[in-house]
Amino acid sequence: MTASQTRVPRSSEMLDDYLLSEEQLEAIYRYMLLSRRLEERMMTLNRQGRADFVIAGAGQEAAQVGAGMALKAGVDYAAPYYRDLGVMLVLGMTAREAMLNALGKLDDPNSFGRQMPSHWGSARRRVLTQSSVVATQLVHAVGVALGAKMRNDPIVAFASCGEGSTSRGDFHEALNFAAIHKLPVIFFVENNGYAISERTEKEMPVPHVADRASAYGIQSAVVDGLDAIAVYQTVRPAVDQARRGAGPFLIEAKCFRMWAHSSDDDHRRYRPREELENWASRDPIALFRNRVEEDCLFPPEDLDAIDSGVEVEVRAAARWALDQPDPVPEDMYGYVYREGDDG
Amino acid sequence: MAEVSVLEAVRETLDEVLAADERVFLLGEDLEAGGVFRATDGLSAKYPGRVLDAPLAESSIIGITIGAAHYGQRPVAEIQFADFIHAGFDQLCSEASRWSWRTRGEQYLPMVVRTPWGGGVHGGQHHSQSIEAYYAHMPGIKVVAPSFPADYRSLLKAAIADPNPVLFLEHKRTYRLIRQEVDGAPAEDRIGKSRITRHGDDLTVFAYGLMLHESLAAAEELAGEGIECTVVDLLTLNPLDRETILEAARATGKVLIVHEDTLTGGLGGEIAGIIAEHAFEDLDAPIRRLAGPDIPPIPFHEAMETAFMPDRTKIAAAARDLAAY
Repeated sequence: MTASQTRVPRSSEMLDDYLLSEEQLEAIYRYMLLSRRLEERMMTLNRQGRADFVIAGAGQEAAQVGAGMALKAGVDYAAPYYRDLGVMLVLGMTAREAMLNALGKLDDPNSFGRQMPSHWGSARRRVLTQSSVVATQLVHAVGVALGAKMRNDPIVAFASCGEGSTSRGDFHEALNFAAIHKLPVIFFVENNGYAISERTEKEMPVPHVADRASAYGIQSAVVDGLDAIAVYQTVRPAVDQARRGAGPFLIEAKCFRMWAHSSDDDHRRYRPREELENWASRDPIALFRNRVEEDCLFPPEDLDAIDSGVEVEVRAAARWALDQPDPVPEDMYGYVYREGDDG
Repeated sequence: MAEVSVLEAVRETLDEVLAADERVFLLGEDLEAGGVFRATDGLSAKYPGRVLDAPLAESSIIGITIGAAHYGQRPVAEIQFADFIHAGFDQLCSEASRWSWRTRGEQYLPMVVRTPWGGGVHGGQHHSQSIEAYYAHMPGIKVVAPSFPADYRSLLKAAIADPNPVLFLEHKRTYRLIRQEVDGAPAEDRIGKSRITRHGDDLTVFAYGLMLHESLAAAEELAGEGIECTVVDLLTLNPLDRETILEAARATGKVLIVHEDTLTGGLGGEIAGIIAEHAFEDLDAPIRRLAGPDIPPIPFHEAMETAFMPDRTKIAAAARDLAAY
């Protein structure tokens, strides 16, 4: 008998201590794990010479999944940044699609092989197409929220970035405008301590990005980004109040970048070994698992079953994606302009 | 028939489009008070909540326009002077221009950025420049620069209806200078089409904005001397109307391209390139460019500004030389 056959359906009733249901808690675990395993597989493909580039969110899954769970998928708009695989999975991206994206395949729904991997975008899932220029997406989210406010649509625009992005003018311009017009924008800053090799003390003189929010009259919070439950519990009320018209909110999730900046970077050149060893014991996925096990929410064998299911899913997705068609040179043409009138 | 100025044509068109489509809104500095050139005069009171003052921050003016267009609104941004648009270069060139391309058309941006450009107003280095070449270089952004009030009306309407980012350039010297009888229905202009404004057999002049009017004045003067010019109003600077450009070049075999933008890397080089590449055998003389000199900006003092700008006298002189070749 396999573990999955022993599992009972999870309740969708909210547990008071968590403000989440068993069903949601299980989903959080599964999304975090899926994100990590996908990225590990992508990195393997990179080292095998089969994937050109990987830029990962490993270590930030709790922040991404916890925040993503607070949104209404398919209703709210998201302008994520390139590490946000976890957010994308919560919003509906599949393991297969993630692998198509990692390999730049023709059918990658994000950019059809036209952009580097992890530059997200999906009209269907209301994810704004995103470039490598950091912080530009924060202003786009403000524009979405302005449009929604003009139409009285009860949506929230979720914009995320790393703390490195908060040095750019667009970050400040976005906060300023969103605050002036009380727009429903959630600024979600995943502070992983590094902008490539620059530590936060080289990036800003204040201890928290959230400290900057008060200069714009924006409410803010700092949350432990290694704790998916805490992240959800912080982001969800901010989303709800923004939806009700209370204006923007900035949440800074203190995270940890487990890996180098990208597959082309070697962080041993600039990170002390002890730092990495110390943080390795604070893997957000392990922390989550420990907590729900200790709280006797899930029997370990159920979580083991999720582990092995994710493992199988990721391997199958990678194998499948490798066989999918690549773009041909002619695929670069077209869509420079949209033809005809707008819809 | 009523005579309207360029500025009135812009304002009336904005008024008309705001009335017709509630998705349309205006965003820019000082717009609620009517704008520094009065292009939005009275519109804020007439359309409450749809004419929005923006903080003095061009990158976000354009970036917010992107987001609102993505959402399905029809935003029309104003950058108060084209000289300040470069703070939004990233938003226009790294984001807006490729929004459709990088999603294979799944996502697109029906947005317009209007901005006054050009010299002849004693505006010095940051109130007089020609910025079109930077943006016309970028596939994915349409760049429109009309000359006559009727074209301002039809092309601004077309720009707002277009599902792509359009940079709409309004020559500030012509705002009140150029007037035209315009009847109710706007001319049937299309973005991407140039127009042969005057027909003549001796040479062809290409221009846009204020320089189009200077070229027409020069052509009138030359006609008195027996030199007949074809004059092409380019109207759209990206994508260029190659067909009309080649047709007009072949018609006379002699080409003079005029712009106030500085020479090197200006639009004239691209137009000359198209003609040299595809109509070389129809040419009877080397292609001639008349442009601002290669100094960084337009100078302030009138003596220097006048020397910087091409005008009807300089155009006529260049045309005479070319006709005599």
